[in-house]
Amino acid sequence: MLNQRSDVSSAFPVKLSLLSTSLFLGLFFFLPLILVFGVSLASRGMYGGITWIPTWENYQRVFDPLVGVIFFRSLLLAGLTTFICAVLGFPLAYCLARVSRPWQLILLTLVMIPFWTNFLVRTYAWVLILRADGILNSLLIGLGLLDEPLSLLFTDLSVLVGLVYGYLPFMVLPLVVAIERISPQLEDAAFDLYASMGGMFRHVLLPLSAPGFLAGGVLVFIPSLGAFITPYLLGGGQNMMLGTFIQHEFLVARDWPFGSALSFGLMGTVLLLWFLLGRASVEKDPS
Amino acid sequence: MNESVVLDKIVKTHGLVKAVDHVSLSIRSGEFFSLLGPSGSGKTTILRLIAGLDHPDQGDIIIQQRVVTLDPPHKRPVNMVFQHYALFPHLSVFENVAFGLHMKKERQTNIQNAVSHMLALVRLQGKEKRLPSQLSGGEQQRVALARALVNRPVVLLLDEPLAALDQQLRQEMQGELKRLQREVEATFICVTHQQDEALMLSDRIAVMQGGKVLQVGTPQEIYDHPVSSIVAQFIGLSNTLSGTIASCEGGVCRVDHEVLSSVLVMCSPHDPPQGAVTVMVRPERVHVSSDMSINGYDNMLSAVVHHVAFSGNEVVYHVRLRDKAIWMARVPIAEAQASSFAIGQPVYVHWRAMEGLVLPAHPASC
Repeated sequence: MLNQRSDVSSAFPVKLSLLSTSLFLGLFFFLPLILVFGVSLASRGMYGGITWIPTWENYQRVFDPLVGVIFFRSLLLAGLTTFICAVLGFPLAYCLARVSRPWQLILLTLVMIPFWTNFLVRTYAWVLILRADGILNSLLIGLGLLDEPLSLLFTDLSVLVGLVYGYLPFMVLPLVVAIERISPQLEDAAFDLYASMGGMFRHVLLPLSAPGFLAGGVLVFIPSLGAFITPYLLGGGQNMMLGTFIQHEFLVARDWPFGSALSFGLMGTVLLLWFLLGRASVEKDPS
Repeated sequence: MNESVVLDKIVKTHGLVKAVDHVSLSIRSGEFFSLLGPSGSGKTTILRLIAGLDHPDQGDIIIQQRVVTLDPPHKRPVNMVFQHYALFPHLSVFENVAFGLHMKKERQTNIQNAVSHMLALVRLQGKEKRLPSQLSGGEQQRVALARALVNRPVVLLLDEPLAALDQQLRQEMQGELKRLQREVEATFICVTHQQDEALMLSDRIAVMQGGKVLQVGTPQEIYDHPVSSIVAQFIGLSNTLSGTIASCEGGVCRVDHEVLSSVLVMCSPHDPPQGAVTVMVRPERVHVSSDMSINGYDNMLSAVVHHVAFSGNEVVYHVRLRDKAIWMARVPIAEAQASSFAIGQPVYVHWRAMEGLVLPAHPASC
């Protein structure tokens, strides 16, 4: 290759970078994935090890009703998280997209600042807020609105709150980009053509923000579906999501083959949803 | 006179800037009215105030004898054609034009008929299903017109309607606009910074600068009798000469200049100007000659040819007077071919006293 450098001088760096990228992805992404896939087809040993006897049993167990409950809860929570992030994120994104430059910079920085703190620490802060003797309950009791503390922590609600809190910025940022591309003149035009506030939103802002909702939705839904830290800290042992369940299988139940099969089940679900979403958007916009 | 839109002492500030400063206008029903001025003169703000997209700090807006000062846009019988058309990019031509009627919850069959009729009027049949991005600039312009006019507005507002089009399309659309106005019988209020466009299209023009209306009148009135040198310059009068009135008798003034010889100019015999004045002469009235005196011309100044610009049907000579000012003379091509002048050649510019204008000197001019 080196002696041919003169004729492929322009292609050389491209090939090199392709090679290094493939090498990196191959070593640190595909190889582990193949290993996990291999494990998912093996059997569980007596004391939690792996016995290399090929079986489909792990994949059959994925369709167990008990797994189904966890799976359904994960889908529901991820879906709700995405929806709530969209509802909360849109007004915020709209303001961010429409304020003048210096303000936009300040406000965007404020949206990003939480990322500077460890996610684990930030999630743990919600434990302090939500638990029985936590900040929220103390406040409500102090104000005389409650007589005894609400049990907020270790519920599906507390997981939902944590997920929305964690992933909201991933919805806001793509929406800001999408809304910035919508000329304010289009809003004026809609008002001039007798649209009410709601009509303008429904017929102009919403359809034109669709790319932002789509990108934000993917960025929120997929990580929420496989979320681990949030359901682990805020959901407790009972309210498992797929992420906590997989972790449980690997480290507590020491059933690596089943945990691996679950991981592939999660991946398959995400890929299937991705495919359906792609099909739906192609049908909607044939160009 | 039947008034369509009346602005009564409108004030609108953007931050610290007075975008519109005590503007009063009354626009007649069915007329083509232009707001002419440089960018930042407040003309677009006035349009937005009439549309209801902005509200004035002071003053009143009356549309068809009804005070609408604080009404939202959808309560006004007014529609707008936006500067860059502001067509909805995700909606087809048909859906764009139907938008207003759809929002007013008209019956589907009525919408269908009205939109088809309007698309025929702007000659866009067969393009109903296209998206705005699949149309040419001229077609987009026509969709914007149809989208506004389909709502049968009493007043149509146009914000620089022709600015985004190339020269040829612009001339075509000028004719198109006049035709449309005749057919829909609405009042058209148009914002432009192009004086030729305003002169050609308008029944009346308001010349604006710095948020104030400097003059309102027909194109002819504004062209022939500008009230100030700013208006005159804006309307295409570029040749100026500052001086002081030496004498005024029988409607003719003699104006003395520091360097150049005195010139004669017609003025009002009843209200003769005094003191410092600006004399203006239209480029097409200036006669360039190598002869020092020509019969019938009252004024003569010596000059040197500075630049010659050929533009097809005429030649524009830029000549430098002895006080270093540059004057322009537009000469029809036939005349220019008979006697042409080279750069650097000494010439004499001539004009008649009745073709000059004398206006009070303005500190900003020359």
